[in-house]
Amino acid sequence: MIELKVNGRAVRVDTEPDMPLLWVLRDELGLTGTKYGCGVAACGACTVHIDGAPVRSCVMPVSAVAGQSVTTIEGLSPDGSHPVQRAWVEHQVPQCGYCQSGMIMAAAALLKDKPAPTVQDIDTSITNICRCGTYVRVREAIQAAAKLA
Amino acid sequence: MTEPLAQPSRRDFLVRSAAVGGGLALGVPFVIDTQAAGGASELTHWIVIQPDNTVVIRIARSELGQGSFTGLAQLVAEELECDWSDVRAEYADVNAHVKRNRVWGAMSTGGSRSIRESQEYLRQAGAAARQMLVTAAARKWGVPPEECTVALGMIAHTPTGRTTRFGDVAADAAKLDVPKDVKLKDPSQWRVIGTSPKRFDIPDKTTGKQIYAADVRLPGMLHASVAQCPVFGGKLKSADESKVLGMRGVKKVFRGDDYVAVVADNWWRAHQALKALPVEWDDGGNGKVSSESIKAFLRTGIDAPEVPVARKDGDFASAIASAAKVLDSEYYAPYLNHATMEPQTATALYTDDSLEVWCGTQNGEATIATASETSGIPLDKVTVHKMHAGGGFGRRGPHQEYTKHAVQIAMSLPGTPVRVQWSREEDMQQGRYRPVALVRQRAGLDRDGNWLAWHARQADQSIFITVRPGDVKNGIDPVGVRVFNDSPYAVPHFTNEYAMRNTHVPPGFWRAVAHTHNPVFRECFIDELCVAAGKDPYQFRRPLLAKKTKDLGVLDAVAKVAGWGQPLPKGVFRGIALSDSYGSYTAAVVELSVKDGTVIDVHRVVVAIDPGHIVHPDAVKAQIESGVVWALSMVMYEEITIKDGRVEQTNFTDYPVARLADIPQKVESVLVPSGGFWGGVGEPPIAAVTPALCNAIFAATGKRIRSLPLKHHGFSFA
Repeated sequence: MIELKVNGRAVRVDTEPDMPLLWVLRDELGLTGTKYGCGVAACGACTVHIDGAPVRSCVMPVSAVAGQSVTTIEGLSPDGSHPVQRAWVEHQVPQCGYCQSGMIMAAAALLKDKPAPTVQDIDTSITNICRCGTYVRVREAIQAAAKLA
Repeated sequence: MTEPLAQPSRRDFLVRSAAVGGGLALGVPFVIDTQAAGGASELTHWIVIQPDNTVVIRIARSELGQGSFTGLAQLVAEELECDWSDVRAEYADVNAHVKRNRVWGAMSTGGSRSIRESQEYLRQAGAAARQMLVTAAARKWGVPPEECTVALGMIAHTPTGRTTRFGDVAADAAKLDVPKDVKLKDPSQWRVIGTSPKRFDIPDKTTGKQIYAADVRLPGMLHASVAQCPVFGGKLKSADESKVLGMRGVKKVFRGDDYVAVVADNWWRAHQALKALPVEWDDGGNGKVSSESIKAFLRTGIDAPEVPVARKDGDFASAIASAAKVLDSEYYAPYLNHATMEPQTATALYTDDSLEVWCGTQNGEATIATASETSGIPLDKVTVHKMHAGGGFGRRGPHQEYTKHAVQIAMSLPGTPVRVQWSREEDMQQGRYRPVALVRQRAGLDRDGNWLAWHARQADQSIFITVRPGDVKNGIDPVGVRVFNDSPYAVPHFTNEYAMRNTHVPPGFWRAVAHTHNPVFRECFIDELCVAAGKDPYQFRRPLLAKKTKDLGVLDAVAKVAGWGQPLPKGVFRGIALSDSYGSYTAAVVELSVKDGTVIDVHRVVVAIDPGHIVHPDAVKAQIESGVVWALSMVMYEEITIKDGRVEQTNFTDYPVARLADIPQKVESVLVPSGGFWGGVGEPPIAAVTPALCNAIFAATGKRIRSLPLKHHGFSFA
């Protein structure tokens, strides 16, 4: 049994210690907001926060986060009111939307670290892949979210 | 204008349906109770009105993030005269569609066609429903319908001061015949079309609530990971399941004809076991094919003495002989993969006599046809749950292997839902690729630098031969020759030839299809002519477009906004290009600087588009931004190569795509709708950007890009 905290709730999971956190979230806990995109930490669709820091959960063995606090897109805010989420709606950022959970979690972590990021900060910190090419709006919306926060 | 379809045509659909065992009597109208659950009323097959005035508009096309749920609903709402805040959108049910004789028309969502090919019947449905509601209200009041007015979901009879809401008369209205000849509003009267309401699909995409096919979770569901024969066209020889059946959570090893799958209680467990499974393949004889051998094969098309002619104006041979200056260039583009962010996924549940499928699809009809054909279960017993797709770009249209996999595996486990998810590696290596192309162009200029003669010989792989062979006439793929055989430039002597060279690598429609590479070939070659003629590339094109006012219109629009001809800051260079596609006209100007001869900093991209009418301006803007990224990604990074008959790339690590840091500092959308026609917007913005970028690189470096991607020429983005 591995114990961890997910979105403020204590959970115990009975899985292989090397199962990536992504699959514990999706297939064991039913939290499907966090997406599988590449499995090799290259695309960022699986980004969650571990003790507040952005982590690509597809390569993070669940045993490595035992006892830690995991926040997923479902737990970012109770009602979608996190400044990043509000800015995302206001700027109509998502297209297909599949990468956006990870993108939003990466953006939220950036703003926590740098409340007023420059364009260069955004360009270097947000390395998630969006195949629809919503990057122009991601950049705008992060700057807008910084003002909402 | 009809587009090549990423879907079966009506005829194909009927033929394919008839081939399904058990047969469904298509053509017999299926009548459903117009009183839907909860007292809701169906007015025309597109609109359901609830007693509380909620207007549900059914959407036949797929939401891929381009905004179809919102834009298509706007077309209906415009004529219905409902209150937009009462509008909801939902998918038209695919099973009911089959039973009701394809009442919702084409479901295909490719070729930038959703709005332009359904706008008329959707507006008519809105107008017909409005008329039915007014008639019902007028009858209730005993007044002539023409004395009633409608606005914002409310019907009023001014002479008597009476009003009623749509929801109050919808049930009576639903009993009336649907009027046939309805009058549509003049565009000057539009209130909803041309505005940008917030898209319906966005809120759930910011909270993790949006359920994609990959997120379907059903009681007792199992997960499967699939490996198909890595050499296209090969077969499964053997799989030693004894090695993996004891692994935790593993339930089954399924053998398909050309694939093997492991089924487990968790996808990661299924995939771990699949990787551990000893498998042998029969490569089907294609195990020696390589990118080099494919390129040599294309060359036979360039060198062949005679190939099919796709267009012939004037007499090229005589004209080139009299030309003052002759140019001769060869261009090449590689295979490309869609790499949708959601790898291909489908879930199926089979019981004794029925089948349910959950799938992100660009064509609900292709999905239900695949499910029915695979299972032998008649179409009317198959339910398809369309999910918003995690990226489409042409990958989820006519090719539905993932649906086939889910159905076949589920049929081996009756009563158990099975979710098939391809790994990223599988998705990368089992694509339906944008075909390779090699093109040789020759052109002659007269003494004054006027473009006299042009010859374009294409050697490329046909997509249509695999999905709609009946539309391949005289050996010419009708999409492959676009940009050349429909070129708007008035060149007196022009010949376009097409040498089809098909390989074992499966081709597919890739966002903008031939308008990804052919515009690079044509528009960069024109740039070469401009240099040879000593003429400005904008001014060189203008007289050649004198009779093509729409093309000229966007070229002028982009030049004006970009400030073409005005001086640029030191070290900044620009390129220009033009393309018309999918019913729309686009032109682009790219401004960039190049550091150390190789590091490209794109400062500004300006794209002008004339799609005739614009339904949702912000969605058009989003498609332009998206198209710019798609173009930059393709031109800099993307390439699929073949070795030993299989794809070499495996993931985003070796198939890099554009990231945020790569995008231009500024993307400007210039919307110049000239009215009177309906063009697409999902693909057209891509076409002009790519050549404009390459032409700007030439302006900055003197290096002419004749093969893609740019990374092979030592370039990178700043």
